[in-house]
Amino acid sequence: MAGNLSKNPGAPMVKAEDVHKSFGHLQVLKGIDLEVRPREVFCLIGPSGSGKSTFLRCINHLEKINAGRLWVDGELVGYRQKGDKLYEMKDSEIAVQRRDIGMVFQRFNLFPHMTAVENVMEAPVRVKGQGKAEARERAQQLLERVGLGDKAGSYPSQLSGGQQQRVAIARALAMEPKLMLFDEPTSALDPELVGDVLDVMRQLAEEGMTMVVVTHEMGFAREVGDALVFMDGGVVVESGHPRDVLTDPQHERTKAFLSKVL
Amino acid sequence: MTTSVDKVPEGPGPSGTASPHHPIRAVPVRHYGRWVSAVVVVGVLAALGAAFAGGKITWSTTREFLFNADIMAGAGNTLFISVASMVLGLVLGVTAAVMRMSGNPVMSGVAWLYIWIFRGTPVIVQLLIWWNLALVFPTMFGQDTNKVITPLVAALLGLGINEGAYMAEIVRAGIQSVDEGQTEASHALGMSKGQTMRRIVLPQAMRVIVPPTGNEFINMLKTSSLAFVVTYPEVMLKVQDVYTNNLAVMELLFVACFWYLVLTTVFSIGQFYLERRYARGSSRNLPPTPLQKIKANMFSLRTPGGAL
Repeated sequence: MAGNLSKNPGAPMVKAEDVHKSFGHLQVLKGIDLEVRPREVFCLIGPSGSGKSTFLRCINHLEKINAGRLWVDGELVGYRQKGDKLYEMKDSEIAVQRRDIGMVFQRFNLFPHMTAVENVMEAPVRVKGQGKAEARERAQQLLERVGLGDKAGSYPSQLSGGQQQRVAIARALAMEPKLMLFDEPTSALDPELVGDVLDVMRQLAEEGMTMVVVTHEMGFAREVGDALVFMDGGVVVESGHPRDVLTDPQHERTKAFLSKVL
Repeated sequence: MTTSVDKVPEGPGPSGTASPHHPIRAVPVRHYGRWVSAVVVVGVLAALGAAFAGGKITWSTTREFLFNADIMAGAGNTLFISVASMVLGLVLGVTAAVMRMSGNPVMSGVAWLYIWIFRGTPVIVQLLIWWNLALVFPTMFGQDTNKVITPLVAALLGLGINEGAYMAEIVRAGIQSVDEGQTEASHALGMSKGQTMRRIVLPQAMRVIVPPTGNEFINMLKTSSLAFVVTYPEVMLKVQDVYTNNLAVMELLFVACFWYLVLTTVFSIGQFYLERRYARGSSRNLPPTPLQKIKANMFSLRTPGGAL
């Protein structure tokens, strides 16, 4: 399943031009330029505080950028452009943009008062206006896809971290996104549970989903990734094919980082 | 002494050899302090009981008025005004809480002012102000103000608006207790602000909101007794009507106590089940209902607590 078809075939799925972001006086992003092509698995790596998670959150406008431009599928994120002027989007317009962008969080953020299947069907019912029976059936299928068909009636507190994260992936997929954002999806998991989540992500990549993945899993990046960016201090330090960057880093900073994590 | 070898768990011990662990039979610690304090407390209670039994109280009068139709109607009114005021308070409370957290400074300022005034003045004063509104505005909506502000309306406004100020703070605390990640996840799915609040945040906030709200309601049942100052016919007004005639003051006050206890007990039970409902998902095992507890303990009389 490749999700919704792109509205602008040929255009990059994500395009960032000189993206800046600061929190108060703290500059977190100092001019990010990059392009994510459709059907690509794009990995962002770097030390904590390098701005990679912040950049990911800018893509679906959970954070507002201060300067630069950011497009998803050819559309400006959070703004409308008329001539030279930018107009801020209303909350409802931003919500429409977000429908097509799935996000998976480090801490899962499942809705604890709903069962697994209710978590997955919530957005299709509320946002897309799907019928409950239909949404439930679709949700059940998605849970089976991530290997949790038998956990549909469980509450998040009754699931392990790995199971919760797979439900979270199913929840994001239920909206049939054209782009999936992963914010360190395995960092909060016990080591033995990481594999199940990565397997689901690998399967998703094989089916042609466009994915932007912030990760510390270098093995996953090397095997599944099509492109990789190493960020530090709010800038892109090095980018290229994961195999090249991870095995033969050119930049001193990249070498130092990789020597610690590999 | 009989050795109870059959109680030793089957199978070899950790070392592989069968090590017969006998159940421990030690002399339990004696809690002398418990005995002393129990005797003292029971003694005090008995003295109190004896004092009241021998006091100048005609218990038969209390019994006579316990189920008096007029007083029961008063208890019904107490229940009605409490529920109505609580509903008004809840609506105002949620509104004020959302306003208080809004980015609009006028909204949050007004909400702050509302909470400041109505939480900062005694409810009896507020009741009297509503009741005497005609002194300031002789007419209202083209009518005589005294016809608009009936005892019911004065009691409802006085109790409900005051309650709203307290509820606002309870609701705000509840909403703020919900993890920000929940809002983010909901927004990331494309849900609107309103949907996020209704479907995701408030249901989770309820777990924090319900216990203090139950408290507020039980408080309200009792505070509603102040509505007698606006001549609202709740149970206290009825009781006072009776004892100004027959002078059996204490006897009738006990009747009032009886009805307040009945009402608060019923609602404490309701609160238990409400809290249980909103605990869904947050605790792996819901606390057993009293009925379930009884059932469970019926079969484990020998080991109190059900532990083996």
